[in-house]
Amino acid sequence: MPISTFPARFEFLDEIRDFVARVAHEGGFTEKAIYSLQLAADEAASNIIEHAYEGILNASLQVTCDMQNDELVITMRDTGKPFDPSLVKQPNLKAHLSKRQIGGLGVYLMRKLMDEVRYEADTRTGNLLTMIKRRG
Amino acid sequence: MEITAQEFKNCNLFKVQGRVDSATAPEFSKVLEKANHDGRFKLVVDMSGLEYMSSAGFRALLAAQRNCKRFNRGELVLASIPARIREALELAGFTELFKTYNDSLEAVGSF
Repeated sequence: MPISTFPARFEFLDEIRDFVARVAHEGGFTEKAIYSLQLAADEAASNIIEHAYEGILNASLQVTCDMQNDELVITMRDTGKPFDPSLVKQPNLKAHLSKRQIGGLGVYLMRKLMDEVRYEADTRTGNLLTMIKRRG
Repeated sequence: MEITAQEFKNCNLFKVQGRVDSATAPEFSKVLEKANHDGRFKLVVDMSGLEYMSSAGFRALLAAQRNCKRFNRGELVLASIPARIREALELAGFTELFKTYNDSLEAVGSF
């Protein structure tokens, strides 16, 4: 199973997106679907770096990306503070410009772009985020 | 990410190329804030060379739009949005916050 560990820094988002794109391409996803998968993976990793690892230097993020039958399964494991995406309030997408929330958008996009988003907090083995997308 | 700026009499044009994500969005924000700081509030963002934009880029656009529109002093508009990026902006409910134009000339001419 393709597995890779990245420094938990925004500068490595490019490489995380490339990693996901490579596996998705081999798995037969369309270019449009690959863009969505890259976006979902980027939003997930960005949140982990920003929230789970807030204020922590030299942290790392373990990413797996694998085709299981006709599904692409992405996992991200971190050892930071638990950050459960399901607890993030959905932003109001109809709100007027001045009332638009800055936060919550990344999690909203993850949920919209993937078929399934799961999260298990574990301070001992690390927090595990699992995202699944079925090939159309 | 690379940004090239061009100043017109009525507005400023920013051509953003490459990828805007959490790593590069702060620089994108800074460029737009600098224009506001210089008293320029009518801004065109040309996305024709943009390959990728995450919600970090969307947030930069939102913050700039708020600042531009304050006191009715201006507005930020988008030009030449690539299809994939437009789809993500639509998903985020962002397309209704910005006027969009097919190309930057049309956008510049709108001011």
